[in-house]
Amino acid sequence: MLYAAVVRGNLAKAFEFTDTQVFRRAPLPRSYTDFLGRKLFLFLLTVQGLGAFALITLGVILKKNGVAKNVIHPRIRQEIARAGVALLPMFFFVALALGFLVVGQTVSALAKVGAISYLGSTMVIVVVRELGPLLAAMLVLARVGTANVIELGTARALGEVEALEALGIDPVHYLIVPRVIGMALGIFSLTIYLILGALASGYLFAFLQDVPLTPGDYFKQIVESLGWLDFALLALKTTAFGFFIAVVTCYHGLAQPLRLEEVSRVAVRAVTQGVIVCVLIDAVFILLYLVA
Amino acid sequence: MSEVQGIPVIEMRGVNVAAMRDASFTVVEDVNWSVAAGEFWVVAGPEHSGKSDLLMLTAGLMPPAGGSYRLFGNDAKNFGEAELAGRLRVGFVFQGGQLFNQLTVAANVALPLRYQKNFTSAEAEREVQALLELMELTPLADVTPSNVAANWRQRAALARALVLKPDVLLLDNPLAGLGARHRHWWLQFLEQVACGHEHFGGRPLTLVVTADDLRPWQQARRKFALLHGKKFIALGDWNEVETSRDRMVKELLAAQLETAT
Repeated sequence: MLYAAVVRGNLAKAFEFTDTQVFRRAPLPRSYTDFLGRKLFLFLLTVQGLGAFALITLGVILKKNGVAKNVIHPRIRQEIARAGVALLPMFFFVALALGFLVVGQTVSALAKVGAISYLGSTMVIVVVRELGPLLAAMLVLARVGTANVIELGTARALGEVEALEALGIDPVHYLIVPRVIGMALGIFSLTIYLILGALASGYLFAFLQDVPLTPGDYFKQIVESLGWLDFALLALKTTAFGFFIAVVTCYHGLAQPLRLEEVSRVAVRAVTQGVIVCVLIDAVFILLYLVA
Repeated sequence: MSEVQGIPVIEMRGVNVAAMRDASFTVVEDVNWSVAAGEFWVVAGPEHSGKSDLLMLTAGLMPPAGGSYRLFGNDAKNFGEAELAGRLRVGFVFQGGQLFNQLTVAANVALPLRYQKNFTSAEAEREVQALLELMELTPLADVTPSNVAANWRQRAALARALVLKPDVLLLDNPLAGLGARHRHWWLQFLEQVACGHEHFGGRPLTLVVTADDLRPWQQARRKFALLHGKKFIALGDWNEVETSRDRMVKELLAAQLETAT
Protein backbone atom coordinates (compact mmCIF):
# COMPACT_ATOMS: atom_id res chain seq x y z
CA MET A 1 0.00 0.00 0.00
CA LEU A 2 2.58 2.44 1.19
CA TYR A 3 5.03 1.47 -1.53
CA ALA A 4 2.30 1.92 -4.15
CA ALA A 5 1.49 5.34 -2.70
CA VAL A 6 5.13 6.33 -2.82
CA VAL A 7 5.47 5.22 -6.43
CA ARG A 8 2.20 6.89 -7.43
CA GLY A 9 3.26 10.10 -5.72
CA ASN A 10 6.65 10.53 -7.26
CA LEU A 11 8.88 7.94 -8.89
CA ALA A 12 12.04 9.97 -8.44
CA LYS A 13 11.29 10.44 -4.76
CA ALA A 14 10.99 6.72 -4.21
CA PHE A 15 14.71 6.23 -3.73
CA GLU A 16 14.97 8.86 -1.05
CA PHE A 17 16.12 7.75 2.36
CA THR A 18 12.89 8.70 4.09
CA ASP A 19 10.89 6.31 1.92
CA THR A 20 13.13 3.29 2.41
CA GLN A 21 13.24 4.16 6.10
CA VAL A 22 9.48 3.58 6.24
CA PHE A 23 10.22 -0.11 5.83
CA ARG A 24 13.36 -0.16 7.92
CA ARG A 25 11.80 1.56 10.93
CA ALA A 26 8.46 -0.19 10.86
CA PRO A 27 7.82 -2.76 13.63
CA LEU A 28 8.89 -6.32 12.89
CA PRO A 29 6.27 -8.13 10.80
CA ARG A 30 4.40 -11.00 12.39
CA SER A 31 4.65 -13.48 9.54
CA TYR A 32 7.33 -14.72 7.19
CA THR A 33 5.36 -13.59 4.15
CA ASP A 34 5.17 -10.05 5.55
CA PHE A 35 8.88 -10.17 6.25
CA LEU A 36 9.67 -11.37 2.74
CA GLY A 37 7.33 -8.78 1.28
CA ARG A 38 9.05 -6.01 3.15
CA LYS A 39 12.46 -7.25 2.01
CA LEU A 40 11.18 -7.38 -1.57
CA PHE A 41 9.90 -3.79 -1.41
CA LEU A 42 13.21 -2.64 0.04
CA PHE A 43 15.06 -4.43 -2.74
CA LEU A 44 12.81 -2.85 -5.38
CA LEU A 45 13.25 0.62 -3.90
CA THR A 46 17.02 0.17 -3.84
CA VAL A 47 17.11 -1.07 -7.43
CA GLN A 48 14.93 1.85 -8.48
CA GLY A 49 17.13 4.34 -6.63
CA LEU A 50 20.36 2.92 -7.98
CA GLY A 51 18.95 2.78 -11.51
CA ALA A 52 17.81 6.40 -11.35
CA PHE A 53 21.15 7.50 -9.93
CA ALA A 54 23.10 5.56 -12.60
CA LEU A 55 21.01 7.16 -15.36
CA ILE A 56 21.44 10.64 -13.88
CA THR A 57 25.21 10.08 -13.68
CA LEU A 58 25.38 8.83 -17.28
CA GLY A 59 23.31 11.82 -18.38
CA VAL A 60 25.65 14.26 -16.63
CA ILE A 61 28.75 12.53 -18.08
CA LEU A 62 27.37 12.94 -21.59
CA LYS A 63 25.72 16.34 -21.20
CA LYS A 64 28.52 18.08 -19.31
CA ASN A 65 31.42 16.63 -21.22
CA GLY A 66 33.89 19.51 -21.54
CA VAL A 67 32.15 21.76 -18.97
CA ALA A 68 34.60 23.28 -16.43
CA LYS A 69 37.36 21.00 -17.67
CA ASN A 70 40.01 22.96 -15.77
CA VAL A 71 38.33 21.77 -12.59
CA ILE A 72 36.96 18.37 -13.59
CA HIS A 73 39.93 16.94 -15.53
CA PRO A 74 42.40 17.31 -12.62
CA ARG A 75 39.79 15.68 -10.39
CA ILE A 76 39.48 12.76 -12.84
CA ARG A 77 43.27 12.36 -12.89
CA GLN A 78 43.25 12.44 -9.09
CA GLU A 79 40.61 9.67 -9.00
CA ILE A 80 42.51 7.54 -11.53
CA ALA A 81 45.55 7.86 -9.30
CA ARG A 82 43.49 6.94 -6.25
CA ALA A 83 41.57 4.00 -7.78
CA GLY A 84 44.45 2.84 -9.99
CA VAL A 85 48.03 3.97 -9.52
CA ALA A 86 47.92 4.07 -5.71
CA LEU A 87 46.73 0.46 -5.59
CA LEU A 88 49.51 -0.94 -7.79
CA PRO A 89 51.72 -2.20 -4.90
CA MET A 90 48.79 -4.04 -3.36
CA PHE A 91 47.86 -5.51 -6.74
CA PHE A 92 51.43 -6.63 -7.32
CA PHE A 93 51.28 -8.56 -4.05
CA VAL A 94 47.84 -10.02 -4.86
CA ALA A 95 49.00 -11.02 -8.35
CA LEU A 96 51.93 -12.89 -6.82
CA ALA A 97 49.65 -14.58 -4.31
CA LEU A 98 47.07 -15.49 -6.93
CA GLY A 99 49.79 -16.88 -9.19
CA PHE A 100 51.37 -18.98 -6.45
CA LEU A 101 48.17 -20.18 -4.84
CA VAL A 102 45.90 -20.79 -7.81
CA VAL A 103 47.69 -20.68 -11.14
CA GLY A 104 50.83 -22.52 -10.08
CA GLN A 105 48.86 -25.28 -8.38
CA THR A 106 46.56 -25.64 -11.37
CA VAL A 107 49.55 -25.97 -13.70
CA SER A 108 51.11 -28.58 -11.42
CA ALA A 109 47.86 -30.54 -11.12
CA LEU A 110 47.25 -30.52 -14.87
CA ALA A 111 50.81 -31.67 -15.50
CA LYS A 112 50.45 -34.55 -13.02
CA VAL A 113 47.31 -35.94 -14.70
CA GLY A 114 48.72 -35.39 -18.18
CA ALA A 115 46.19 -32.73 -19.05
CA ILE A 116 48.71 -29.99 -19.77
CA SER A 117 47.09 -29.33 -23.15
CA TYR A 118 44.08 -27.91 -21.28
CA LEU A 119 46.24 -25.35 -19.56
CA GLY A 120 45.49 -22.45 -21.93
CA SER A 121 41.71 -22.73 -21.79
CA THR A 122 41.78 -23.35 -18.04
CA MET A 123 43.85 -20.23 -17.41
CA VAL A 124 41.69 -18.09 -19.67
CA ILE A 125 38.48 -19.23 -17.96
CA VAL A 126 39.80 -19.07 -14.41
CA VAL A 127 42.08 -16.04 -14.46
CA VAL A 128 41.20 -13.88 -17.48
CA ARG A 129 37.42 -14.24 -17.49
CA GLU A 130 36.56 -14.74 -13.85
CA LEU A 131 39.07 -14.45 -11.07
CA GLY A 132 41.09 -11.49 -12.36
CA PRO A 133 38.23 -9.03 -12.98
CA LEU A 134 36.19 -10.06 -9.94
CA LEU A 135 39.14 -9.94 -7.56
CA ALA A 136 40.24 -6.56 -8.92
CA ALA A 137 36.71 -5.21 -8.48
CA MET A 138 36.45 -6.52 -4.91
CA LEU A 139 39.78 -5.01 -3.92
CA VAL A 140 38.93 -1.61 -5.38
CA LEU A 141 35.50 -1.77 -3.74
CA ALA A 142 37.13 -2.44 -0.38
CA ARG A 143 39.87 0.15 -0.71
CA VAL A 144 38.25 2.99 -2.65
CA GLY A 145 34.52 2.26 -2.56
CA THR A 146 34.30 2.47 1.21
CA ALA A 147 36.34 5.68 1.15
CA ASN A 148 33.84 7.08 -1.38
CA VAL A 149 30.88 6.43 0.89
CA ILE A 150 32.59 7.89 3.93
CA GLU A 151 33.88 10.98 2.11
CA LEU A 152 30.61 11.73 0.37
CA GLY A 153 28.50 10.83 3.38
CA THR A 154 30.55 13.16 5.56
CA ALA A 155 30.41 15.90 2.92
CA ARG A 156 26.63 15.48 2.75
CA ALA A 157 26.26 15.49 6.53
CA LEU A 158 28.40 18.65 6.81
CA GLY A 159 26.31 20.48 4.20
CA GLU A 160 29.01 20.62 1.52
CA VAL A 161 26.56 19.41 -1.12
CA GLU A 162 24.22 22.32 -0.42
CA ALA A 163 27.26 24.61 -0.56
CA LEU A 164 28.10 23.29 -4.05
CA GLU A 165 24.52 23.86 -5.18
CA ALA A 166 24.59 27.38 -3.77
CA LEU A 167 27.64 28.06 -5.93
CA GLY A 168 25.83 26.77 -9.02
CA ILE A 169 28.07 23.67 -9.15
CA ASP A 170 26.34 20.43 -10.04
CA PRO A 171 27.29 18.00 -7.22
CA VAL A 172 26.95 15.01 -9.55
CA HIS A 173 29.33 16.62 -12.05
CA TYR A 174 31.84 17.73 -9.42
CA LEU A 175 31.74 14.82 -6.98
CA ILE A 176 30.42 11.77 -8.84
CA VAL A 177 31.61 11.99 -12.46
CA PRO A 178 35.36 12.01 -11.60
CA ARG A 179 34.87 9.08 -9.24
CA VAL A 180 32.92 7.04 -11.79
CA ILE A 181 35.41 7.64 -14.63
CA GLY A 182 38.40 7.18 -12.33
CA MET A 183 37.09 3.92 -10.93
CA ALA A 184 36.08 2.50 -14.32
CA LEU A 185 39.53 3.20 -15.78
CA GLY A 186 41.26 2.17 -12.56
CA ILE A 187 39.59 -1.27 -12.37
CA PHE A 188 40.16 -1.87 -16.09
CA SER A 189 43.89 -1.13 -15.82
CA LEU A 190 44.39 -2.95 -12.54
CA THR A 191 42.67 -6.07 -13.89
CA ILE A 192 45.12 -6.19 -16.81
CA TYR A 193 48.07 -5.88 -14.43
CA LEU A 194 46.58 -8.45 -12.07
CA ILE A 195 46.03 -11.01 -14.86
CA LEU A 196 49.52 -10.52 -16.32
CA GLY A 197 51.12 -10.67 -12.88
CA ALA A 198 49.15 -13.78 -11.84
CA LEU A 199 49.95 -15.65 -15.05
CA ALA A 200 53.64 -14.77 -14.81
CA SER A 201 53.99 -15.65 -11.12
CA GLY A 202 51.92 -18.80 -11.69
CA TYR A 203 54.44 -20.04 -14.19
CA LEU A 204 57.22 -19.14 -11.80
CA PHE A 205 55.59 -21.37 -9.16
CA ALA A 206 55.16 -24.21 -11.66
CA PHE A 207 58.78 -23.78 -12.76
CA LEU A 208 59.96 -24.09 -9.16
CA GLN A 209 58.01 -27.37 -8.91
CA ASP A 210 59.83 -28.74 -11.99
CA VAL A 211 56.74 -28.93 -14.15
CA PRO A 212 57.91 -29.95 -17.63
CA LEU A 213 56.65 -26.88 -19.47
CA THR A 214 58.69 -24.20 -21.18
CA PRO A 215 57.68 -20.54 -20.86
CA GLY A 216 57.15 -20.46 -24.63
CA ASP A 217 54.65 -23.35 -24.51
CA TYR A 218 52.91 -21.95 -21.44
CA PHE A 219 52.27 -18.50 -22.88
CA LYS A 220 51.59 -19.88 -26.38
CA GLN A 221 48.78 -22.03 -25.00
CA ILE A 222 47.27 -19.08 -23.19
CA VAL A 223 47.51 -16.80 -26.22
CA GLU A 224 45.94 -19.43 -28.46
CA SER A 225 43.04 -19.85 -26.05
CA LEU A 226 42.27 -16.13 -26.03
CA GLY A 227 39.76 -14.87 -28.58
CA TRP A 228 38.68 -11.35 -29.53
CA LEU A 229 35.59 -11.87 -27.39
CA ASP A 230 37.75 -12.27 -24.31
CA PHE A 231 39.39 -8.90 -24.89
CA ALA A 232 36.12 -7.14 -25.69
CA LEU A 233 34.17 -8.60 -22.80
CA LEU A 234 37.06 -8.11 -20.37
CA ALA A 235 37.12 -4.41 -21.21
CA LEU A 236 33.33 -4.15 -20.96
CA LYS A 237 33.11 -6.15 -17.75
CA THR A 238 35.83 -4.28 -15.88
CA THR A 239 34.43 -0.92 -17.00
CA ALA A 240 30.97 -2.04 -15.86
CA PHE A 241 32.39 -3.13 -12.50
CA GLY A 242 34.04 0.27 -12.05
CA PHE A 243 30.98 2.21 -13.13
CA PHE A 244 28.56 0.32 -10.91
CA ILE A 245 30.81 0.16 -7.85
CA ALA A 246 31.23 3.93 -8.10
CA VAL A 247 27.48 4.42 -8.61
CA VAL A 248 26.52 2.21 -5.65
CA THR A 249 29.05 3.77 -3.26
CA CYS A 250 28.36 7.34 -4.40
CA TYR A 251 24.60 6.76 -4.27
CA HIS A 252 24.78 5.70 -0.65
CA GLY A 253 27.10 8.56 0.22
CA LEU A 254 25.42 11.34 -1.67
CA ALA A 255 21.88 10.63 -2.79
CA GLN A 256 20.39 10.63 0.69
CA PRO A 257 20.52 13.21 3.47
CA LEU A 258 22.75 11.72 6.16
CA ARG A 259 23.68 12.45 9.74
CA LEU A 260 27.28 11.92 10.75
CA GLU A 261 26.40 8.92 12.94
CA GLU A 262 24.73 7.18 9.97
CA VAL A 263 27.82 7.26 7.74
CA SER A 264 29.47 4.05 9.02
CA ARG A 265 26.24 2.04 8.76
CA VAL A 266 25.64 3.29 5.24
CA ALA A 267 29.24 2.38 4.28
CA VAL A 268 28.63 -1.24 5.29
CA ARG A 269 25.38 -1.35 3.31
CA ALA A 270 27.09 0.15 0.27
CA VAL A 271 29.89 -2.44 0.32
CA THR A 272 27.37 -5.29 0.63
CA GLN A 273 25.36 -3.96 -2.28
CA GLY A 274 28.57 -3.38 -4.25
CA VAL A 275 29.49 -7.06 -3.87
CA ILE A 276 25.99 -8.14 -4.94
CA VAL A 277 26.07 -5.83 -7.98
CA CYS A 278 29.50 -7.19 -9.03
CA VAL A 279 28.29 -10.80 -8.76
CA LEU A 280 25.18 -9.94 -10.81
CA ILE A 281 27.28 -8.24 -13.50
CA ASP A 282 29.58 -11.26 -13.53
CA ALA A 283 26.57 -13.54 -14.00
CA VAL A 284 25.39 -11.44 -16.95
CA PHE A 285 28.81 -11.74 -18.58
CA ILE A 286 28.91 -15.51 -18.01
CA LEU A 287 25.64 -15.68 -19.95
CA LEU A 288 27.18 -13.54 -22.69
CA TYR A 289 30.17 -15.91 -22.92
CA LEU A 290 27.86 -18.89 -23.07
CA VAL A 291 25.67 -17.34 -25.76
CA ALA A 292 28.69 -16.21 -27.78
CA MET B 1 23.30 45.94 -11.20
CA SER B 2 20.60 45.58 -13.83
CA GLU B 3 17.69 46.25 -11.45
CA VAL B 4 16.64 49.80 -10.84
CA GLN B 5 16.38 50.70 -7.17
CA GLY B 6 12.90 49.87 -5.91
CA ILE B 7 12.09 46.97 -8.27
CA PRO B 8 11.77 43.68 -6.30
CA VAL B 9 14.62 41.25 -6.75
CA ILE B 10 12.96 38.82 -4.34
CA GLU B 11 9.20 38.50 -4.39
CA MET B 12 7.25 35.88 -2.48
CA ARG B 13 3.48 35.56 -2.52
CA GLY B 14 1.88 33.03 -0.18
CA VAL B 15 5.03 30.93 -0.14
CA ASN B 16 5.23 27.89 2.11
CA VAL B 17 8.72 26.89 3.16
CA ALA B 18 9.49 23.19 3.69
CA ALA B 19 12.28 21.93 5.91
CA MET B 20 15.48 21.26 3.98
CA ARG B 21 15.89 17.83 5.62
CA ASP B 22 12.26 16.75 5.35
CA ALA B 23 10.29 18.20 2.46
CA SER B 24 7.02 16.95 3.93
CA PHE B 25 7.34 19.26 6.94
CA THR B 26 6.39 22.94 6.49
CA VAL B 27 8.36 25.31 8.71
CA VAL B 28 7.02 28.67 7.52
CA GLU B 29 3.63 29.31 5.94
CA ASP B 30 2.22 32.01 3.72
CA VAL B 31 5.27 34.23 3.29
CA ASN B 32 4.50 37.51 1.56
CA TRP B 33 7.77 39.32 1.13
CA SER B 34 9.23 41.74 -1.33
CA VAL B 35 12.89 42.80 -1.35
CA ALA B 36 13.88 45.69 -3.59
CA ALA B 37 17.34 46.07 -5.10
CA GLY B 38 19.77 47.65 -2.66
CA GLU B 39 17.74 46.89 0.46
CA PHE B 40 19.26 45.41 3.60
CA TRP B 41 16.94 42.99 5.38
CA VAL B 42 17.41 41.36 8.74
CA VAL B 43 15.18 38.29 9.30
CA ALA B 44 15.18 37.43 12.98
CA GLY B 45 13.69 34.54 14.84
CA PRO B 46 14.31 32.01 17.59
CA GLU B 47 16.12 28.73 16.94
CA HIS B 48 14.33 26.26 14.64
CA SER B 49 11.96 28.95 13.38
CA GLY B 50 12.91 28.21 9.77
CA LYS B 51 15.39 31.03 9.12
CA SER B 52 17.92 28.82 7.32
CA ASP B 53 15.20 27.06 5.33
CA LEU B 54 13.72 30.38 4.22
CA LEU B 55 17.15 31.57 3.16
CA MET B 56 17.88 28.36 1.26
CA LEU B 57 14.58 28.67 -0.55
CA THR B 58 15.45 32.29 -1.37
CA ALA B 59 18.78 31.13 -2.81
CA GLY B 60 16.98 28.58 -4.98
CA LEU B 61 18.35 25.55 -3.15
CA MET B 62 14.86 24.16 -2.79
CA PRO B 63 11.50 24.94 -4.41
CA PRO B 64 8.64 26.53 -2.46
CA ALA B 65 6.14 24.03 -1.03
CA GLY B 66 3.39 26.39 -2.12
CA GLY B 67 2.76 29.89 -3.44
CA SER B 68 4.77 31.85 -5.96
CA TYR B 69 8.40 32.96 -5.73
CA ARG B 70 10.02 35.26 -8.24
CA LEU B 71 13.75 35.97 -8.23
CA PHE B 72 14.88 38.89 -10.41
CA GLY B 73 11.37 38.83 -11.87
CA ASN B 74 11.61 35.19 -13.01
CA ASP B 75 9.50 32.39 -11.65
CA ALA B 76 11.73 30.36 -9.35
CA LYS B 77 9.60 27.27 -8.86
CA ASN B 78 12.25 24.94 -10.26
CA PHE B 79 15.87 25.94 -10.46
CA GLY B 80 17.39 24.08 -13.40
CA GLU B 81 20.30 24.65 -15.73
CA ALA B 82 18.32 27.34 -17.56
CA GLU B 83 17.99 29.38 -14.36
CA LEU B 84 21.65 29.00 -13.41
CA ALA B 85 22.55 32.52 -14.49
CA GLY B 86 19.93 33.87 -12.07
CA ARG B 87 21.17 31.70 -9.25
CA LEU B 88 24.75 32.87 -9.74
CA ARG B 89 23.60 36.42 -9.07
CA VAL B 90 22.82 35.29 -5.53
CA GLY B 91 25.70 34.70 -3.10
CA PHE B 92 25.07 32.52 -0.07
CA VAL B 93 27.03 32.35 3.18
CA PHE B 94 26.09 29.36 5.31
CA GLN B 95 26.15 29.46 9.07
CA GLY B 96 29.52 27.89 9.90
CA GLY B 97 30.86 28.45 6.41
CA GLN B 98 30.35 24.98 4.91
CA LEU B 99 33.78 25.12 3.29
CA PHE B 100 35.13 22.12 1.37
CA ASN B 101 37.52 20.41 3.74
CA GLN B 102 39.71 18.82 1.07
CA LEU B 103 40.55 22.21 -0.46
CA THR B 104 42.67 25.01 0.97
CA VAL B 105 41.08 28.33 1.86
CA ALA B 106 42.34 29.87 -1.40
CA ALA B 107 41.09 26.89 -3.44
CA ASN B 108 37.69 27.19 -1.73
CA VAL B 109 37.45 30.83 -2.74
CA ALA B 110 38.67 30.09 -6.28
CA LEU B 111 36.34 27.14 -6.90
CA PRO B 112 33.22 29.04 -8.10
CA LEU B 113 35.32 31.19 -10.40
CA ARG B 114 37.23 28.21 -11.82
CA TYR B 115 34.10 26.10 -12.30
CA GLN B 116 31.78 28.73 -13.72
CA LYS B 117 34.35 30.49 -15.91
CA ASN B 118 36.61 27.48 -16.56
CA PHE B 119 39.62 29.38 -15.22
CA THR B 120 42.92 27.72 -14.42
CA SER B 121 44.33 28.28 -10.91
CA ALA B 122 46.66 30.94 -12.32
CA GLU B 123 43.83 32.79 -14.06
CA ALA B 124 41.76 32.89 -10.87
CA GLU B 125 44.67 33.84 -8.63
CA ARG B 126 44.53 37.64 -8.97
CA GLU B 127 40.86 37.89 -8.03
CA VAL B 128 41.24 35.35 -5.23
CA GLN B 129 44.28 37.10 -3.74
CA ALA B 130 42.45 40.44 -3.80
CA LEU B 131 39.47 38.96 -1.95
CA LEU B 132 41.66 37.15 0.57
CA GLU B 133 43.44 40.40 1.29
CA LEU B 134 40.12 42.19 1.71
CA MET B 135 39.06 39.53 4.24
CA GLU B 136 42.49 39.58 5.95
CA LEU B 137 42.83 35.90 5.03
CA THR B 138 46.10 36.02 3.06
CA PRO B 139 48.16 34.26 5.79
CA LEU B 140 45.62 31.40 5.81
CA ALA B 141 45.41 30.99 2.02
CA ASP B 142 47.18 27.62 1.91
CA VAL B 143 45.62 26.15 5.03
CA THR B 144 42.74 23.66 4.92
CA PRO B 145 39.53 24.77 6.67
CA SER B 146 39.76 22.19 9.45
CA ASN B 147 42.94 23.95 10.62
CA VAL B 148 41.35 27.41 10.60
CA ALA B 149 39.41 28.94 13.50
CA ALA B 150 35.65 29.29 13.03
CA ASN B 151 35.88 33.11 12.93
CA TRP B 152 38.13 32.94 9.86
CA ARG B 153 36.23 30.09 8.22
CA GLN B 154 33.18 32.31 8.17
CA ARG B 155 35.17 35.04 6.43
CA ALA B 156 36.48 32.52 3.87
CA ALA B 157 32.87 31.55 3.19
CA LEU B 158 32.05 35.21 2.65
CA ALA B 159 34.95 35.53 0.19
CA ARG B 160 33.72 32.45 -1.67
CA ALA B 161 30.20 33.87 -1.90
CA LEU B 162 31.49 37.19 -3.21
CA VAL B 163 34.00 35.89 -5.76
CA LEU B 164 31.41 35.78 -8.56
CA LYS B 165 30.34 39.35 -7.68
CA PRO B 166 26.66 38.60 -6.97
CA ASP B 167 23.86 41.18 -6.90
CA VAL B 168 22.20 39.65 -3.84
CA LEU B 169 24.02 38.33 -0.78
CA LEU B 170 22.24 35.99 1.63
CA LEU B 171 23.90 35.35 4.98
CA ASP B 172 22.68 32.74 7.43
CA ASN B 173 23.27 33.99 10.96
CA PRO B 174 26.71 35.43 10.09
CA LEU B 175 27.46 36.68 13.60
CA ALA B 176 26.77 33.37 15.34
CA GLY B 177 29.71 32.29 17.47
CA LEU B 178 31.99 35.15 16.47
CA GLY B 179 34.21 37.06 18.86
CA ALA B 180 33.67 40.78 19.49
CA ARG B 181 36.41 41.92 17.08
CA HIS B 182 35.08 39.74 14.28
CA ARG B 183 31.48 40.83 14.89
CA HIS B 184 32.57 44.43 14.57
CA TRP B 185 34.43 43.64 11.34
CA TRP B 186 31.41 41.85 9.87
CA LEU B 187 28.95 44.61 10.72
CA GLN B 188 31.25 47.22 9.24
CA PHE B 189 32.03 45.19 6.12
CA LEU B 190 28.41 44.30 5.41
CA GLU B 191 27.42 47.95 5.77
CA GLN B 192 30.11 48.90 3.25
CA VAL B 193 28.90 46.18 0.87
CA ALA B 194 25.31 47.37 1.23
CA CYS B 195 26.31 50.94 0.48
CA GLY B 196 28.68 50.00 -2.35
CA HIS B 197 32.17 48.69 -1.62
CA GLU B 198 35.00 49.88 -3.87
CA HIS B 199 36.10 46.27 -4.49
CA PHE B 200 32.76 45.67 -6.20
CA GLY B 201 32.95 48.89 -8.19
CA GLY B 202 30.91 50.87 -5.66
CA ARG B 203 27.81 48.86 -6.61
CA PRO B 204 25.39 48.47 -3.66
CA LEU B 205 24.42 44.85 -3.02
CA THR B 206 21.04 43.63 -1.81
CA LEU B 207 21.54 41.93 1.54
CA VAL B 208 19.44 39.53 3.55
CA VAL B 209 20.80 38.26 6.85
CA THR B 210 19.18 36.03 9.41
CA ALA B 211 19.77 36.58 13.10
CA ASP B 212 18.71 35.27 16.49
CA ASP B 213 19.61 38.56 18.14
CA LEU B 214 18.35 41.84 16.70
CA ARG B 215 20.55 44.16 18.72
CA PRO B 216 23.73 44.19 16.61
CA TRP B 217 21.73 45.03 13.49
CA GLN B 218 20.18 48.22 14.84
CA GLN B 219 20.25 50.80 12.09
CA ALA B 220 17.57 53.06 10.69
CA ARG B 221 17.86 52.21 7.00
CA ARG B 222 17.67 48.43 7.47
CA LYS B 223 14.42 46.51 7.23
CA PHE B 224 13.40 43.85 9.69
CA ALA B 225 11.21 40.77 9.62
CA LEU B 226 10.33 38.18 12.22
CA LEU B 227 9.89 34.43 11.90
CA HIS B 228 7.84 32.96 14.68
CA GLY B 229 5.20 30.24 14.98
CA LYS B 230 5.45 29.38 11.27
CA LYS B 231 4.63 32.99 10.41
CA PHE B 232 6.71 35.54 8.53
CA ILE B 233 6.00 39.03 9.85
CA ALA B 234 7.54 41.99 8.03
CA LEU B 235 8.17 44.53 10.81
CA GLY B 236 9.55 47.48 8.87
CA ASP B 237 12.42 49.70 9.97
CA TRP B 238 14.15 49.88 13.35
CA ASN B 239 11.61 52.33 14.81
CA GLU B 240 8.86 49.84 14.16
CA VAL B 241 10.94 47.06 15.72
CA GLU B 242 11.37 49.13 18.87
CA THR B 243 7.69 49.98 19.11
CA SER B 244 6.52 46.45 18.26
CA ARG B 245 4.29 44.81 20.86
CA ASP B 246 5.16 41.33 19.63
CA ARG B 247 6.38 39.23 22.53
CA MET B 248 9.03 37.52 20.41
CA VAL B 249 10.41 40.87 19.17
CA LYS B 250 10.67 41.95 22.78
CA GLU B 251 12.46 38.69 23.60
CA LEU B 252 14.91 39.25 20.75
CA LEU B 253 15.52 42.72 22.16
CA ALA B 254 15.43 41.60 25.78
CA ALA B 255 19.03 42.29 26.56
CA GLN B 256 18.65 45.81 25.22
CA LEU B 257 15.56 46.41 27.36
CA GLU B 258 17.42 45.08 30.38
CA THR B 259 20.21 47.53 29.66
CA ALA B 260 17.72 50.41 29.31
CA THR B 261 16.10 49.69 32.67
